[in-house]
Formats: sequence, C-alpha cells, structure tokens
Amino acid sequence: MRSGVPLKARLAARGLDGVTLLVIPALVLLVGLFLYPFFYGLVLSFMPKDGTLLGNYRKFFSDPFLYETIQTTLAIALPVTIVNLVAALPVAFRVRRLQHQRLVTTILVLPITLGTVLVAEGMLNYFGPQGWFVRTLTLLGLGSPSSIRLVHNYWGVFLSLVITGFPFTFLLTLSYVSGVDTALENAAATLGARAAARFRTIFLPLLAPGLAITFCLSFVQAYSVFPSAVLLGAPAGPTRVISIAAYEAAFEQYDYSLASAIAMIMAATQLVIVVAVLMSRSLFYRGPAAGAKG
Amino acid sequence: MSAKSAPRLRDLSSRLWIAAIWTLLGFFVVNLFGIIGAVVTSSFATRWLRSWLPNGFTGKWYLDAWDEFQLGDVLTTTFEVVGAVVVISGLIGVPAAYAMARRDFPGKSLVMLIFLLPLMAPPITYGIPLATVLYQTGAGGTLTGVILANLVPTVPFVILVMIPFVEQIDPRIEQAARVFGAGTGRLFVHVLAPLLLPGVLAALLLVLVRTIAMFELTFLTAGPSSQTLVVALYYAVFAAGVRAVQSIDAMAVIYMVLTMIWLIIALRFVNPTQIVSRGKPTRA
Repeated sequence: MRSGVPLKARLAARGLDGVTLLVIPALVLLVGLFLYPFFYGLVLSFMPKDGTLLGNYRKFFSDPFLYETIQTTLAIALPVTIVNLVAALPVAFRVRRLQHQRLVTTILVLPITLGTVLVAEGMLNYFGPQGWFVRTLTLLGLGSPSSIRLVHNYWGVFLSLVITGFPFTFLLTLSYVSGVDTALENAAATLGARAAARFRTIFLPLLAPGLAITFCLSFVQAYSVFPSAVLLGAPAGPTRVISIAAYEAAFEQYDYSLASAIAMIMAATQLVIVVAVLMSRSLFYRGPAAGAKG
Repeated sequence: MSAKSAPRLRDLSSRLWIAAIWTLLGFFVVNLFGIIGAVVTSSFATRWLRSWLPNGFTGKWYLDAWDEFQLGDVLTTTFEVVGAVVVISGLIGVPAAYAMARRDFPGKSLVMLIFLLPLMAPPITYGIPLATVLYQTGAGGTLTGVILANLVPTVPFVILVMIPFVEQIDPRIEQAARVFGAGTGRLFVHVLAPLLLPGVLAALLLVLVRTIAMFELTFLTAGPSSQTLVVALYYAVFAAGVRAVQSIDAMAVIYMVLTMIWLIIALRFVNPTQIVSRGKPTRA
C-alpha cells in the first residue's frame, strides 16, 4: 500500500510544504475571530434567557418594536441602493472617458475615507434648519427653514447613505465599466449602433455580473447602517434600524443571546436579498463575462 | 485611451443627457464640499446662529476640544491601535498571500472563501458576535480587543491585495536565486522583499486609512480607555448639547486632517478605486 516516496515529498506533490504553512496564521486568526464568533453567536441565539430553544426568535417576531426594524431598514436600504446604482451607472460611463478621471475619483473617495460619523456631524450642520443647504433653498424660494426638515428623520439617514454610498457604488461601477473592452463598443458604433443600443446590447450583458455584485455590496452596507441612523435619524422611531435593535440588546440590556439572534436575523435577511439578486442575474445572463477585458 | 471615442452622433437629447449627468455629479460634489466646509467653518466660529457665516473667528475651540475630549490620550490610543493593526496584518497577511499565490493545496477554495467573507459582510453583522466573544474572554473593552477586532477585515484585505502582486513575480526569479545557493532567508531579503515592497506599502497604507476610519468594530469592542478618535467623535456628536458644537467640530477637523494626510500619502501609491474594491486586483 505504502509507496516508497517519503511523506514529505508526497505532501509537496499535493501542494503542501513549508510555503503552504505560511497561510496558517491568517487562517487561525480568521477562524478564531470570524468563524468561531459567528457559530458561537448562532448557538448562543438558541439559548435565550427564558430557557426555550426558539425564545429569542419568537420574541423578535412577536414584538413589533423588534420585527418592524426589518421593514424600517429595508425601506431605507433598498431605495438608497437603487438610487445610488442608477445614478452611478451613467456617471461612470461619462467619467470613464474623462481626462481628469483621477481628480473625480479622488474627490469621491473623500466621504468614504472620512466615514459616516464625520459625514453625519457635517450634515447636522449643513442640512440643519440653519445650515447652508436649507438657507440656499429658502433664498431660491423653494421653502422655508420651518418646512424643510432634512435631519433627525428618514431623509437624514437617506441622504447620509447617498453621500457615503454613492461614491462607493460609483467607484465599484467604474472599475467594472472600464474593464469592458472599448473595441467591442467601437465595433458596434462602426456598425451603426447608437448609444442606447450599444448600452443595451453590449454593456448591459457584460456588466450584469458586476452590477449585481455592486448592488449586493452596496445593499449590505446600507442595510447595516448604524451611526448615521442614530445621529441623523430618529433612532427611537422612523429610523430604528435592525443594527440599533441588536446594539441595544447587547450593550443596553446586556442580553447577548438576544443580540446574537438579531445579528443572525440581520445576516439572514442580507443573505436572502443577495441570493435573490445573484439568482435573478442568471436569468438574463447571456454568455461569458470573460469577454470583458479583466 | 480617452482619445478613441465612438463616432460622435450627438443630437440635442444626448447633449441634454450629458449635461444632466455632469449637473448631477456637480451637485453632489458641491454638497460634499458644503458638508466638509460647514464643519471647518464651525470649528473656527465664535458664535454661529441664524446667519450664513459666523459672527467672528477664533482658534480657541481646538484648545477646548483638546482638553475636554482628552484628545492627547485618544490620539495615543488611535496610533497604538492603527500601528499594531498595520504591522500585524502585514506580518500575517503578506506570507499568507505568498502561500495562496504560489501553492495549490486541497481546500484552497474553502480557505479563500474564509478570507473573502469578512470583506463582504458588513462589520456590524459580525461585530456583535465578535464583541460578545471578546467580552466573555475578557478582551472586550481593552486595547487588545480593539486590535484583534480590527484585524478581522484587514488581514483578508492585505491577502487579497497581495495575491495578484505575488502572482506577477516570475517564479523563475526565485528558482534562479535558489540555483545560485540562496537559502529561504536570503531569497526573502534579497529577492522577494524588494519586489513585493511597493505592493506591501500600498496594501498597508490602505489598511491604515481604513483602520483610522473603522467605526463599527472599534465602537463595539472599545472600552472608555480604548477609544479611537472616530469613536470618541461619535460619542461627542451623540451627546451633542453637552459641549459647544464648535468644540465637537474642532475634534471633527482634527480627525479629518489625520485621515486626509494618510489618504493623500496613500493616493500617491494606489488608485482611489482600490479603496473600495475589496482587494480586487488593480486594473492597470
């Protein structure tokens, strides 16, 4: 049974040698700090304070203060993601051919780098009742400081997710759009296809996988909104998103079991949307995306 | 690249369409600068209520903020966390990327999946179970806990940025060094390190910028003495009304300057698109 080849050589032939072992520290770290906590949380969520197996989940889905957070979060995250993607696509197509593309991308990377907390602090001032934005609208006769409310409600959270989310969506879209070989488009143009036709028949099929992934990544970001929902929204009411519910359970009621259950529900709802988007993409998938130049 | 455009068949409607797109982008950028400008203006304002501009300008809020928010301590913590995260994710991530790029081993795709998941999942989702585990092991609320939590997205990020970088180095260079008698140590110091340096630098600068701005994970795992600047800023904004708003804005400006310095340095080495692309290879 045993071959004459030493174990070390046999392992090396399968790709296992000293170099492969270099992956172990990273793997241990992520198993310990990512996979283990996740499964620990999953198990913990089935060990609620009342001792029943499904107590937390029953509590979540019977308490409107808890289960309505799913609807509240979706009502913010889905429109924001769609708005960002619909706006990012045409802008990416224009910026793609721009000479000073780097200037635009640098400006747009600012809000992502500064992060939601800083953007929230700036928005409280800028979009506030005495802020420059509302003042400008008032000056233009489009309303009055008392009628325009853009912070501490749904729109505050919505706008903050546009400010940080649009650049994110845009930069991802841009990297996919610039990955499409320009020769394909030029060929279509030579054959007389107009811009709309080129977009529909060349770009859309090639970009569909990328756009689906962009949608998913943008959506999960928006769905897990936390700081701006607290700082710019109405965290007790209209913008009580699911991450606020999870945070309160963990750090205000110290019910880690319930918090884990909410985190699991949060992950599950994200997964449902992501899987739905990726599945629907395969419905209109027409050939290998490898036609796009990587 | 930009010169070869499709034949220009531009009628009125397409011109309107193009103008509309630029207007949209311009409107966004104007508001973005408005938001940043409002913070900076407010941080220097003596008194700013019900007017376009403040009554006067002063720098005293920076001193106030420095004392009130113990910014000296907060900045020290921030540098400790960021420094540790950058060094550790480099030390763990780069060798792992080398192994992932050079070897095919059973279960490699599963390992890859484990590296990809933390980059795809939003921090709040995995941060709550992670914080629970850290608090139960006693690391929650400590500097160690904050550093460990921040490593979860940064190590995979370094790995995914570095894999294509290692792959483009011809393995024959390494074989040649071996033929000439270089051991693993010398191979690393004289061949691999110089070739990998630009990639490592880019990856670690991105880790640095991302860690300074990483709110969720630090927020969930930090205690009162292990807050980084962005978390301290959150608590200040959250408790607005307790302190003068200018003082909070002064702190926000300090945070902004800190982030911007490193962003500008990072942008000398990387493309802005890389900051969002979760370790996707650069498109040259």
